Amino acid sequence: MSVTILYTIVTLSAIGVLAATILYLTAQKFKVYEDPRIDDVDEALPGANCGGCGYAGCRAFAEACVSKNELSDLFCPVGGNDCMTDIAGILGLEAIKKDPRVAVVRCNGTCENRPKTNTYDGAVSCAIASSLYGGDTNCSFGCLGCGDCVEVCDFDAIKMDPETGLPVVIDDKCVACGACVDACPRDLIELRRKMPKDRKIFVGCRNMDKGAAAKKACTVACIGCTKCAKECPFDAITIENNLAFIDSDKCKLCRKCVVVCPTNAIQELNFPPRKVKAEKPAAKVEAKPVAKKEKPAATNNEESTEPKN
Amino acid sequence: MLKTFKIGGVHPAENKFSAGKQIETLPIPDMVTVPIAQHIGAPSTPVVKKGDEVKVGQLLAQSAGFVSANIHSPVSGKVFKIDDVLDSSGYKKKAIIIKVEGDEWEETIDRSTDLVKQTDLSPKEIVDRVAQSGIVGLGGATFPTHVKLAVPQGMTAEMLLINAVECEPYLTADHQLMMEKGAEIMVGIDLLMKAIGVKKAIIGIENNKPDAIKHLSQLAKEYAGVEVCALKVQYPQGGEKQLINAATGREVPSGALPISVGCVVNNVGTAYAVYEAVMKNKPLFERVVTVTGKSVSKPSNFMARVGMSVSQLVEAAGGLPEDTGKVISGGPMMGKALVTTDVPVTKGTSGVLIMREEEATRRTMKNCIRCAKCVSACPMGLEPYLLMTYAEKKMWEESEDSFVMDCIECGSCSYTCPADRPLLDYIRLGKGTVGQIMRSRKK
Repeated sequence: MSVTILYTIVTLSAIGVLAATILYLTAQKFKVYEDPRIDDVDEALPGANCGGCGYAGCRAFAEACVSKNELSDLFCPVGGNDCMTDIAGILGLEAIKKDPRVAVVRCNGTCENRPKTNTYDGAVSCAIASSLYGGDTNCSFGCLGCGDCVEVCDFDAIKMDPETGLPVVIDDKCVACGACVDACPRDLIELRRKMPKDRKIFVGCRNMDKGAAAKKACTVACIGCTKCAKECPFDAITIENNLAFIDSDKCKLCRKCVVVCPTNAIQELNFPPRKVKAEKPAAKVEAKPVAKKEKPAATNNEESTEPKN
Repeated sequence: MLKTFKIGGVHPAENKFSAGKQIETLPIPDMVTVPIAQHIGAPSTPVVKKGDEVKVGQLLAQSAGFVSANIHSPVSGKVFKIDDVLDSSGYKKKAIIIKVEGDEWEETIDRSTDLVKQTDLSPKEIVDRVAQSGIVGLGGATFPTHVKLAVPQGMTAEMLLINAVECEPYLTADHQLMMEKGAEIMVGIDLLMKAIGVKKAIIGIENNKPDAIKHLSQLAKEYAGVEVCALKVQYPQGGEKQLINAATGREVPSGALPISVGCVVNNVGTAYAVYEAVMKNKPLFERVVTVTGKSVSKPSNFMARVGMSVSQLVEAAGGLPEDTGKVISGGPMMGKALVTTDVPVTKGTSGVLIMREEEATRRTMKNCIRCAKCVSACPMGLEPYLLMTYAEKKMWEESEDSFVMDCIECGSCSYTCPADRPLLDYIRLGKGTVGQIMRSRKK
């Protein structure tokens, strides 16, 4: 009896040792070397797997960081500069610094500004609506309001405003991964430089029609009148295809363009209210001199803190 | 037992209210808008400029490439401007706007109604004449006809198929044209046969047009090799591949053209246009358009010039009814809802359908119940429910592997779905995206 038990133990141990040896040799033969730094970098990344860096996920980005051995064209928009500094520390490399960015919806075609001319009852998808026709208003460049951008956002940073029918970006949550930029068939969303106190100045319009047609479709359309470009002291504004564009890297938030815009197409967000002098009754006429008085001061301040390069 | 295609298909209510209504010629409006993109392929290049005097039939825009077509003036007058205007696609496209003055035709056009049967033109000359006259497929797809007639090297055409099916409900333009211009159509068919060098032609007509079948069969006796084939009523029999399958039993392989099974398919309207172009020297600038709908007081077939406003046609048919929900350019299955009736008639406008509000409203989408009705209805043997899901989930590779590019966008799946799912909307998105991916791969 005891002999049987002994044989069993010996045989099983022998099989165990043999199997272990085979496994060990196989593991040695087929071993894939992986840089241990990849795990470290992966650990330092936010783990959102959003694809904002241009790679398939955080792991792929970590592999790219290690294999390329330089970080000049690698940047994680979610982690930002802090995260890139950590990665640079792990790898002993130099990280590039980028200004934080935030998504901005360049359409202000609310129900009041841009009256509806027809009803869309097809599949609820901007991509489908856009491939079918110009949209339910006379503006064939504006927001279609089906929420493709909301659907792709992994960070809950963009919401539809039921009152205006337009998407609203929640600045604190937006990580500038660019998923919404790719999802929008009308190319309305732009990643702009994050300004202090989340202040923003941008042309809230993408209508490339001639001025008269654009204005007819939407009261706050950019008509390409070039007034803002002439007014801008920093050459930040360019006009192309009847449409103004403010370069957020050059803009110093002086707000001069906002005042001259005849259609209010240029939007200013998160600014304190302007001081209004109650002398003249007409709002438009009065706004100009006020702004002009106020502006140089603001401009000088901005310039002194942030010298133009 | 009547012939029809083998897989799928649906049979929607026919509602051919305008059947048997004489083709009426409409008065020429004061202004016409002629878009430069009226066909599949590259938009044409305008050869006139603002202020130019033009005559009826004068070349307005030159074909820009192999797959493209010439565009001729439908009226005489002065070019008012060349500008971007809203067309039936719902986007602004370039168009030539002409202010009408009188009705002066090019001298080369034979305006008599005499039937000309004999010609000594060579096949090459016929194709050239077709290309010069800017003829495109008038069934609705507007593919340039001269491209179809140029049989690629290494392939031989065995027969010509004439698509007189008109399977779309409501539309009667082709039907009425056959009844009134049968003799001319037969000459056109003869010319097409000569152009591609075949001895056999089959005219496919659905059984709901017995008078047309009888009329054309009578006329076909004079022409050797031309026969009329009566087909069972089934949508989408007017699809090229379905018609080939129905009339000949052949099956066009996935991704291939009809010529790969020896067939060239042309619409019956195109045959008439070919007759006019070759025998009468008249380029394509007018076509038959059906204006119809359940509430339309006077459903009609009009001979409309290209560039006329759709609203003029609607007015001529008794005006827009009060209960209008949608105005559709084309038929109810494949047509496109218009944003406004102020869009021009183009070479591809086969009909204007005015739908009542209750018919036009789309019902809300419910969950898929896996009944597979869409699979049985699909005439291409695809799985629409699966293709829709792929498009929803942006699974483009799987879409491509499931042959999304074979979809002919007939809408049978959406029509048949008991859960009212917008199957075709999503499949079209998949087709567009996969097409883009495939094109970028080739580069």
